[in-house]
Amino acid sequence: MKLAVVVQRYGADINGGAELHARYVAEHLARHAHVTVLTTCARDYVTWQDEYAAGVEQINGVPVHRFRVDHERDVKTFARWSDRVFAHTHSYRDELKWLDAEGPKSSALINHIRSNRSTYDYFFFFSYRYHQAYQGARSVPDRAILVPTAERDEAIGLGLTPPLFRGVRAIMYNSPEERRLIQAVSRNEDVPGVVVGIGSEIPAQAHADRFRQKYGITGRFALYLGRIDQNKGCKELFTFFLQALPALPKGLGLVLVGKEILPIPDHPRIRHLGFLYDQDKYDALAAADLLVMPSYYESLSMVALEAWALGKPVLANGKCEVLRGQCIRSGAGLYYETQAEFVETLRAIADGRSLNTALGRNGREFFQRHYAWPVIEQKYLDMLARLQTDERAGGGRARMEPEPGFFARRRRSLRAATEVLAALPAGPVLN
Amino acid sequence: MAEFNIRTDSVDVEQIMRQIRARIKEKRGVDYTEQQIQELANVKLERFLDPKGVRSDLVEQFKRNRGTSPEPPNYGFEDTTLYETHRGMIRFFRKLLNPFLKLLFNPNPIVHVLHMQGQINNINAQQFRVREELDALYYEVIHNLVLELTRLGIENKNLKMRVESLNSRIDFDERRARALEGVVQYKAGSGPSREPQAPPARYSRPAEPRHEPRQEPRQEPRQEHRQEPRQEARPAVEPAGDAPPAAAPPSAPIQNGGIDQPAEGSGTVRRRRRRRRGRRGGRGRGLGDVASTGAPIAASDAAPNTPAPDSYEDGDSDTDSDSDSGGDEEPDTGQ
Repeated sequence: MKLAVVVQRYGADINGGAELHARYVAEHLARHAHVTVLTTCARDYVTWQDEYAAGVEQINGVPVHRFRVDHERDVKTFARWSDRVFAHTHSYRDELKWLDAEGPKSSALINHIRSNRSTYDYFFFFSYRYHQAYQGARSVPDRAILVPTAERDEAIGLGLTPPLFRGVRAIMYNSPEERRLIQAVSRNEDVPGVVVGIGSEIPAQAHADRFRQKYGITGRFALYLGRIDQNKGCKELFTFFLQALPALPKGLGLVLVGKEILPIPDHPRIRHLGFLYDQDKYDALAAADLLVMPSYYESLSMVALEAWALGKPVLANGKCEVLRGQCIRSGAGLYYETQAEFVETLRAIADGRSLNTALGRNGREFFQRHYAWPVIEQKYLDMLARLQTDERAGGGRARMEPEPGFFARRRRSLRAATEVLAALPAGPVLN
Repeated sequence: MAEFNIRTDSVDVEQIMRQIRARIKEKRGVDYTEQQIQELANVKLERFLDPKGVRSDLVEQFKRNRGTSPEPPNYGFEDTTLYETHRGMIRFFRKLLNPFLKLLFNPNPIVHVLHMQGQINNINAQQFRVREELDALYYEVIHNLVLELTRLGIENKNLKMRVESLNSRIDFDERRARALEGVVQYKAGSGPSREPQAPPARYSRPAEPRHEPRQEPRQEPRQEHRQEPRQEARPAVEPAGDAPPAAAPPSAPIQNGGIDQPAEGSGTVRRRRRRRRGRRGGRGRGLGDVASTGAPIAASDAAPNTPAPDSYEDGDSDTDSDSDSGGDEEPDTGQ
């Protein structure tokens, strides 16, 4: 079986959620099939500037075919179109303009998919909101399997997404919340889908002492892993942490790991270590009392899963329904929505040894039961087998709805995406 | 804050969150919703509550900025105003032709309305003037309110800080107490107390403060309840009272209430004295009584000088203990 993984950017040094997700899936499916990655030369998710060389290269044994992008992102243009489609009544054409402005638009990549549709049995398209997923899936709907990585943001309310969700062969969801969101917006219950998520490359051993020695951290600390960005809830985290200092457990610090985009407060109890390699990252997790996940929007938090895999409890932002749902379902984390809840939950986890241990134990079990790689791989293979069975039975034809015509495309009849989003069901899925 | 103790394998996160919210509600008294908090934040009360932001010359500055508005223009309008002139000839002709004018239209309603309007303007001007004076008073009241709020805000913050400080002290004390309990229990389990046999009467410690001058008075309450298990522990050693001094060291931590203090370097004689005092002294009392009253301490002052035959220790027995069980400090006075 020949599979293609189509993703907006790809590389061993790219740690973005969906991109890392795609790399892990590609590398693990490569053990069962011939996998090729089709991607762009972009590396920076803001500019989409071509930084990698076009052509084919091998990354961890997987061939990666890169294509140049048509243009870099113009931030002002993107912001203007975003405002148009998210906040105002607009047309289908406006949304296509928004999609182009968002990038990374690579006509060469789309042409390659069209011309090589028979080369691959199935295409895995990652991240529904990007150009390559939308146009690529529309090019080969019969072979398109979508990994939407959808979050509860405005893009899910755009008019061009429901036909995409209804028109692909199958969808690999990250969480029950994501599936409910997508089914609510597109009514695509008849499209085969399964909640899979993603595993993680957990090392056999993680050494807390090694981390403490290497970085000179002696006390207890809560760990944040990821981009230090306002969009990830870090500003709120800093505010909550600094305001809660007198009430926090004695000596409990906050250690940040990741690229700094938001200015980090200068305080002796906040420590920023920058980017860490995987082993150091896992060592840091092993040394931490808990992992803090302040993000508002997540389709699936890989670092939360990694923390659970190492038996560490998670303190998540309760406004993120996916994280909240995961905490409740796993019984491996608490969540907060307000300053007071942040303080109390942090103290409960940091000071309560029995609670900390129980949460960590549940996390480890939850990870092994749902997110260990054998489980993930099997779900992917089961889905592929199911699609092949459907094809042999004469079914399995995707019905991608055609795009609107010349006039319909220009008719301003689509509601603002924020309005659509507001009407969608919210909250964690608990059953 | 008390810990969440999880005793079963299942953790109900929602239940824990409910408990946490209940605690928050208890602390706050009022549980604001997120929306309410946003509304409060939008009011920007901080600007008013910030003592640095309050100007003492607020009223004066307000008056200076606003000033006293000039008198609005007005006019008086009477029934003769239309025909007034300083020229007598013109006034004559106007009066002469007035019937003709009234033939063309009726000027009386206009005159009446303009007259009324003039009066209304006067009334409005007066009210506006009163309003301006009242505004100054209102601002003075607001100024005072702001000052009071500022004082209250500062006081509130101070009280919050004090509460936080007290909380942290309580937490620290709890942890310290737990740690000390752990230490005491460990030593009791690993020491001679593993063979509790005899009643605890023989090793009351009326004379401890004499021999432990460095012991701080604040440790006494802890000794009161820590020493009880050791009372039972000591008799297990007692039958070997004539044992070599090497058997004595367990007594050192007991005297110190289990707190990490080094065993005394005193010799056998000193220990014997202590034991004798124990027999004669507070045997009938609980250790807590001894520690709290201090009477045995006074009674034992004479003890160090009392000669004690070694055979006295050898005569240590349960019978002896029982016979002394109802004793008090009197034996010391008998010395």
